[in-house]
Amino acid sequence: MGEVLVLVDHVEGEIKKSTFELLTAARALGEPAAVVVGGPGTATKLADGLREYGAEKIYVAETDAAGIGGEFLAPEVGVLAALVERVDPVAVLIATSADGKEIAGRLAVRTGSGWLNDVVAIDGDGAEISTEHSVFGGAWTVQSKANTGHPVVTVRPGSVEPEPAAGAGVEETVDVPAAGRGATVVSREPVTTGERPDLGEASVVVSGGRGVGSADQFTVVEALADSLGAAVGASRAAVDSGYYPHQFQVGQTGKTVSPQLYIALGISGAIQHRAGMQTSKTIVAVNKDPDAPIFEIADFGVVGDLFTIAPQLQEEVARRRS
Amino acid sequence: MNIVVLVKQVPDTYSERRLRGDGALDRDASDAVLDEINERAVEEALQLKEAHGGSEVTVTVVSMGPDRATEAIRKALSMGADAAVHLTDEGLAGSDAVGTARALAGAIGTVGPMGSGGVDLVLAGNEASDGRSAAVPAMVAEVLGLPALTHARQVTVEGGSVTVRRETDDGVVTLSAELPAVVSVNEKINEPRYPSFKGIMAAKKKPVTTLSLAAAGLDAAQVGAAAALTSVVSATPKPPKSAGEKVVDDGDGGTKLAAFLVAQKLI
Ligand SMILES: Cc1cc2nc3c(=O)[nH]c(=O)nc-3n(C[C@H](O)[C@H](O)[C@H](O)COP(=O)(O)OP(=O)(O)OC[C@H]3O[C@@H](n4cnc5c(N)ncnc54)[C@H](O)[C@@H]3O)c2cc1C
Ligand SMILES: Nc1ncnc2c1ncn2[C@@H]1O[C@H](COP(=O)(O)O)[C@@H](O)[C@H]1O
Repeated sequence: MGEVLVLVDHVEGEIKKSTFELLTAARALGEPAAVVVGGPGTATKLADGLREYGAEKIYVAETDAAGIGGEFLAPEVGVLAALVERVDPVAVLIATSADGKEIAGRLAVRTGSGWLNDVVAIDGDGAEISTEHSVFGGAWTVQSKANTGHPVVTVRPGSVEPEPAAGAGVEETVDVPAAGRGATVVSREPVTTGERPDLGEASVVVSGGRGVGSADQFTVVEALADSLGAAVGASRAAVDSGYYPHQFQVGQTGKTVSPQLYIALGISGAIQHRAGMQTSKTIVAVNKDPDAPIFEIADFGVVGDLFTIAPQLQEEVARRRS
Repeated sequence: MNIVVLVKQVPDTYSERRLRGDGALDRDASDAVLDEINERAVEEALQLKEAHGGSEVTVTVVSMGPDRATEAIRKALSMGADAAVHLTDEGLAGSDAVGTARALAGAIGTVGPMGSGGVDLVLAGNEASDGRSAAVPAMVAEVLGLPALTHARQVTVEGGSVTVRRETDDGVVTLSAELPAVVSVNEKINEPRYPSFKGIMAAKKKPVTTLSLAAAGLDAAQVGAAAALTSVVSATPKPPKSAGEKVVDDGDGGTKLAAFLVAQKLI
């Protein structure tokens, strides 16, 4: 069985959940081989976790160039390109993210591989890889296949259920190829993870739109979210009006979310907003306009003022929880 | 300084977007517009031009797409870009991301050699609203051997180098590189200007060079459907979600909502 290279996504010594999903998917295609690219000492912290999810091999590429002053994403692309050449893998799996897509695209150019982007399901028996994609905000399903060996596959986080399985995890140190003419990392701001669940992974999302009216009044959205243990989202109009930060934008040009429950407060439901949330299992909307398009896709809609309905719902939630 | 802006015509996101069985866009199903993110890329180029002596900076838009992409190109010209290159050839149909990157690299090459006196900066959108690869700019950079500074919320060009503030879900990074370089912008970078009447009239006289594959120095075996490294097997629409119950608040809207969520076992 051929190797399936899995690029390990990690932050501050922790493996991201998406990597366990990739290792799980890799097992069905061939022999999972984790690729760790990071600063000196990274692999030691990650190796046990990778073995628990079935990594048979762990390629260790440690370099100072993975940090400040190094070339942005060049170590990842360079190490993967060298491994593709050497082991001719069945596929290279990378989690879909801004960095993941950039690594994948550059790798595909460099190795002349097909790139199957943002897949939600992957199938293959070693000879041919085929994939499923959800496009236009989930309105269409596309089946694709690779026409080359060693395709690069970016897999959407959350589309594979991670399952532990023991792997030998034999470590092998590999070289980081010399940098080319890339962009230099001047500084990096730490990713601020708040108290709330991650928007992309949360099972409940409460979003506010322009109808919330101001940044201060967004506390109404946050309070309901907190009572439900939910993440907070926002429409682009709310973000553009300065009510809520950009990283919480849901929609065509923001995040795509697919929670069990999505609550839209004061959001009209423009097609570009729907593109980011219409695959949610259950959608609930509060809007004072009975003709707001959000009601067309809402499983339950309340026509009325969010400033009375949201607090009332919050009270009901609290009452049932106590 | 010479700036190239990569612009793409896309189906209007306000209209319904459809695919054909082979996965290609059904271009007759929706209106086509200059992608909004590319208006922002053009705006950034124009702001850089204004900040760097105006007449000494030339902004050329480069687009690959069918004949009717000229409408999107005219829009960019009416905003204030100086000239355009339109790469259009039957042989490009069905190109995948790698093919697109190679083709765009070829088209950029017709504007001038990379580097001083030629092309100094290539600007692009961070993600097209139709394909959403969000990687073509970095892939073009890879083909051209240039640094890629992507997802910029802020761009500064000074003394032969470019610095960007890159904002994504993966964090905030400041990147810098010597020119020539490729920069892609995110949707928060600026508010694009509206073309003025004067701009619209002037655009009609601006030069648009139409390129075939051969004229862009491209080998037909490297681009298009035949060379595509991936293929679409099928494309099917999903049944749209239908509306459920809707109640008008009578003072108990929140309570009714809670009852619905309880019935669905969601709280
Ligand atoms: C290329 C492109 C990309 C885009 N990407 C995105 C995207 O990623 N995400 C996104 O969200 N949008 C996106 N948009 C913008 C989109 O078209 C809409 O403009 C936006 O979603 C509207 O946000 P909204 O619903 O909050 O505001 P509005 O459309 O202004 O709606 C506000 C709603 O609040 C209701 N309301 C007001 N007060 C109250 C109250 N007290 N109680 C209850 N209801 C109240 C009103 O009835 C109204 O329906 C994009 C547009 C384009 C062109
Ligand atoms: N066919 C094309 N013609 C010109 N520019 C393009 C084309 N495809 C992609 N681009 C550029 O690359 C950016 C990102 O696109 P993508 O990587 O496809 O999401 C776009 O906003 C454009 O600037």
